[in-house]
Amino acid sequence: MLTTIRVNGVDRAADVDPRMSLLDFLRERLDLKGTKKGCDHGQCGACTVLVNGVRINACLSLAVMHEGDQVLTVEGLAGEEALHPVQHAFLVEDAFQCGYCTPGQICSAVGLLAEVAAGQPSEATVDLEGPVVLTDAEIRERMSGNICRCSAYPQILAAVRRAAGVAA
Amino acid sequence: MSTVRDWAEPNPVTENRTGLIGKPVDRYEGRLKVTGTAPYAYEVETPSAPLYGHIVSSTIARGRITAIDTKAAESAPGVVLAWSHLNVPEQAARGARINPRSQRGANPALASDRVEHYGQSVAFILADTPENARAAGSLVRVAYAEEPADLDFLASLAKAGPAPGEEDARVGDFEAGYSASEVTVDGTWFSPLQNHAQMEPCATTAWWEGDKVVVHTSIQMVKGGQHALAETLGLPSDRVRLFTRYIGGGFGGKGQSYDDLTLAALASRASGRPVRVAYTRQQMFQATIHRPAVQMRVRLGADRTGRLNAMAIEAVTHCARNAPFVEHAANFARNLYAAPHRLTGHRLVRLDIPHAGAMRAPGEAPGMLSLECAMDELAETLGLDPIELRIRNEPEVDPDNGKPFSVRQLVRCMREGAQQFGWDRRNPVPGAVRDGRWYVGMGMATAIRGNFLLPAKAGLRVTGDGLATLTQGMTDIGTGTYTILAQITGETLGLTLDKVRVELGDSDMPPAPGSGGQFGAATAGSAAFETGMVMRRRLAELAAGDPASPLYGEDPTLMDFANGNIVLGNRSASLAALAGRAGPEGVYVEGSISPAADARDWSQHTYGAHFAEVGVDSVTGEVRLRRMFGVFAAGRILNAKLAKSQITGGMIWGVGAALTEANPVDPRFGSFLHQDLGGYLAPVHADIVNLDAVLLDEADDKANPMGIKGVGELGICGAGAAIANAVYNACGVRLRDYPLTPDKVLAALEAKGL
Ligand code: FES
Ligand code: FES
Repeated sequence: MLTTIRVNGVDRAADVDPRMSLLDFLRERLDLKGTKKGCDHGQCGACTVLVNGVRINACLSLAVMHEGDQVLTVEGLAGEEALHPVQHAFLVEDAFQCGYCTPGQICSAVGLLAEVAAGQPSEATVDLEGPVVLTDAEIRERMSGNICRCSAYPQILAAVRRAAGVAA
Repeated sequence: MSTVRDWAEPNPVTENRTGLIGKPVDRYEGRLKVTGTAPYAYEVETPSAPLYGHIVSSTIARGRITAIDTKAAESAPGVVLAWSHLNVPEQAARGARINPRSQRGANPALASDRVEHYGQSVAFILADTPENARAAGSLVRVAYAEEPADLDFLASLAKAGPAPGEEDARVGDFEAGYSASEVTVDGTWFSPLQNHAQMEPCATTAWWEGDKVVVHTSIQMVKGGQHALAETLGLPSDRVRLFTRYIGGGFGGKGQSYDDLTLAALASRASGRPVRVAYTRQQMFQATIHRPAVQMRVRLGADRTGRLNAMAIEAVTHCARNAPFVEHAANFARNLYAAPHRLTGHRLVRLDIPHAGAMRAPGEAPGMLSLECAMDELAETLGLDPIELRIRNEPEVDPDNGKPFSVRQLVRCMREGAQQFGWDRRNPVPGAVRDGRWYVGMGMATAIRGNFLLPAKAGLRVTGDGLATLTQGMTDIGTGTYTILAQITGETLGLTLDKVRVELGDSDMPPAPGSGGQFGAATAGSAAFETGMVMRRRLAELAAGDPASPLYGEDPTLMDFANGNIVLGNRSASLAALAGRAGPEGVYVEGSISPAADARDWSQHTYGAHFAEVGVDSVTGEVRLRRMFGVFAAGRILNAKLAKSQITGGMIWGVGAALTEANPVDPRFGSFLHQDLGGYLAPVHADIVNLDAVLLDEADDKANPMGIKGVGELGICGAGAAIANAVYNACGVRLRDYPLTPDKVLAALEAKGL
């Protein structure tokens, strides 16, 4: 099926097998291999991308469902020279080891910061009335869909705080 | 052969002349990883459009394939070929070796009609797209003649036999010593089967260049993978070029190659096209190795002051029927505590399940979950603080062999940890601290893990642009190899890090043993250091012999290296100019390290102490980590930031082992109950709260010329025991059956009338 998806700001049209996941579309058709496949079953978060600003597991979504959508992947975060603040924070806090979960963690953190800014509560939100406060518990809860087997969790927490401009 | 005395000479690294050693610099390859541009094995660019492989797995545990029909698959859209044992190209028999120096034997795929475990490869599809390959795979029809299989470890304990080639280690007379002891502990602990669950599934991209195959695969050992594939294909090793540059987690599970490597190489040869093959997440569970279950009976006998008189750990573990492996869960105890009467040993049960193998800190990881809890029980029985009990049993020399310790800061780890953690606030009475519906408690345990140095080589080139490039057939599995080799090379040559390049993971490069057993940093790093020292001598001689050099005619042994120059007094010659004049390729040297002749005259280990505070939910039985802290001693630290990441990562593995990780075998099929990351519960963000670690200052001058040791496995050792001890302190329940899941905790609370 001819499908056009706007990926990292560029319209990409392709004849897509209806069985193809958005993840495989990105990796195999567009050669955007920064988005990782850890499980292909929506259980690890390695494939996290932002679709119209909302983070999803690209392995759990078929490419043909995204006609006209705006998809942002890890490749689209950095500028020409400068890293995205979340990428920079991951680098300096050593928020990864093998790096395989990292693009997903980073996209997830970018999505998280937007959700918090938009006042969307989570399971960990104490006060549902006021603005969401980005506590450690909020970060841990909201990042729990992204598994890191290297277990860089303390460092990822520090990175998200740093990126959010929250004092450690 | 060198001796440890040769290593005692001051050198650029031990003197840390420019301060690069220990510096918490960012990861060398970090920018590639945070931008998603580090190519893992499945992702490397291919010379032409690739085909995609898909492996079909067996659905029985043991038996024979009586019929296999791949016809429908062959004629499915996009399919290039479909293989079973009936038509797979010829491969060498399992274990065969034709190359005299091969480290591994042949490892053929689809080799016969025999099925030895659930999830074994039985067919392979090659197609133009991943979708077509997978769909065709579902069309393969297999008929089996099933045979009775041994699947249940605990039900098979009576069949346990001696571990091949091993005897129990006996010192004194354990039975007599134990029965004569004033105070005893006797308990049986169980550590279940666990999976590595690396985030990157095993994967290979392969293509042929003439009669030579190029493979990019995800493996911890470069030579091991190259040799296994060469033997399987019946080729000389130099006709296999293996790359493994970025590895999405290994933890021991990628210490060997799997069928993705073999089938990708065979399919690429058959199709004339590059081929990509990846394991599915389910195949990662069923078709790679796992940590076997271990049952451990621990008996401790002590006098009233707490001095151990008798100590025994008897471990029973499992392995696959035709793939012997022993989880040496008792060995660490031999070096940890002294007792005049001791018994340690292992028994093995053979099962018809996937292969058991090494997983992060094999031996210590499950083993310390027993002894370190038994020590906690003993301390309580004696009315002693658990730290005091351990201090009273701190040996002067290695209790196993009487050798002196190279350095042993275990007591300091415990003392500093206790102080920083606030151990004095622990109420020794179990169940005494409540926070609403939560019982709150603290626990501690020690950590010990061996230190090893293996032979390794490295290459180093300095070029006219002033860059130094280190090359090594080594791997970085997230451990930080790239970064520490850059730091060592920079410090050795007096270069800033922007002048140093590191290239790893290529079988054409000077070989190193790879990543495993926490020997990587010391082994690869020492080879890099020695190579740097060879380069120093070479460049200094060049400077002295080069009429164009400002140091012409001077004594090379007096020259120093700093800021990209060779310096003598107030004169200097730049490395760039020297290398440029030496030729277009610059200057290339190789160097190597081997263990010192007398290295084994000392007992060499890394040590630590874990402290944990947990809450136990009185209503649900759920255990939640509240905070965790560890102090560790592991030689000179090359990069404070990366070493700490390794350590905290290991501690979190200990949290998983204590609270969530287990994979029972389904007795109906021989499959694992959990074949995905939804069922197998590795820790996630929300499980890990306030976890931190400190590394003590240390230099182990018996370990290697730099005084460094490994840190990759130390963090997991004992970590889970600290948590189990904290659970006891919280609620008074001693659970010896890991993981401590809510069902078990709740039942135990109820049994206590709580
Ligand atoms: S690959 Fe999509 S969640 Fe794991
Ligand atoms: S960095 Fe290895 S899985 Fe997260």
